[in-house]
Amino acid sequence: MGNSLGILAAKEPDFQIHGLIKFQLFGQELWLTTTHVSILIICILLLIFALVVRAKLSDAEGKPGVLQNIAEFAVESLDNMVHGSMGKNGLGFRNYIGVLFLFLIVSNLSGLLGLRPPTADYGVTLPLGLITFTLIQFNNIKYNKAGAFTELFKPLPFLFPINLIGEIAVPFSLSLRLFGNVLSGTVIMGLLYGLLYKVAWAWPGILHIYFDLFSGCIQAYVFCMLTMVFINAKMPES
Amino acid sequence: MNISNEGLILACSAIGAGLAMIAGIGPGVGQGIAAGHGASAVGRNPGARSDVTSTMLLGQAVAETTGLYSLVIALILLFANPLLGKL
Repeated sequence: MGNSLGILAAKEPDFQIHGLIKFQLFGQELWLTTTHVSILIICILLLIFALVVRAKLSDAEGKPGVLQNIAEFAVESLDNMVHGSMGKNGLGFRNYIGVLFLFLIVSNLSGLLGLRPPTADYGVTLPLGLITFTLIQFNNIKYNKAGAFTELFKPLPFLFPINLIGEIAVPFSLSLRLFGNVLSGTVIMGLLYGLLYKVAWAWPGILHIYFDLFSGCIQAYVFCMLTMVFINAKMPES
Repeated sequence: MNISNEGLILACSAIGAGLAMIAGIGPGVGQGIAAGHGASAVGRNPGARSDVTSTMLLGQAVAETTGLYSLVIALILLFANPLLGKL
């Protein structure tokens, strides 16, 4: 690639996952990758934020500080989001949705910190989709009992395969949506910095606003929203 | 001109990846229609602005899925080509 494009492409575009440490487990070759490092950094950041807020809360007497206001605003708006789309059913899901939203939004925005976003790795988004799938089916069986299975044969019995595929496709479409959106932004920014690195000063910031800020926030919101909609569809009306 | 087997597969995969991205037309049209109807809904009932916006974004995200499937196929063809292993 460097030969054909001349001066502009002197640096290889870098948007791939890199393996850092190789190790063997049960005869299987496994890698610790940049994704693990990014997730670790994000978890540490969130933990530090939580601990600092907790420390500020416990010695708050009288007037609440700035940090407490920010944290209260965040918790309140997350609770409102869950309440708005799930109603009374949402009481038990506030923790899960809140954690999911915080993790996703910090992951998607971590491209701004120079990390490779962990959500641009299918190995991260598929487990998130599978957790949601487990919650959907658990609630389906918990509230609908045998109806969870007879529902698959409605409205006509021979539609069973299509209904089954419709249920199984949920985690894949959820995880591919998040993965594809974040990865496309990462690839485009990687190509830009790789191919145009001599002229890439300051103006790529405009593209970062769209690909990282806008797209990342929208996708975190959409993932949480769809999780709530799918779970709520299996629960009785509140 | 001699073309090696790998070269042929890589060239055809690049063309296939480009063709796969034609699917991007569909979500573009669909999202545009959704945004247009969202705008007219806000124009008719400005009080429901936040509800209309969140519903529109949700619908657009679902409509985007087909385009993303084609993106994933294009990326697989370019970076994790399964056909090269069949040589």
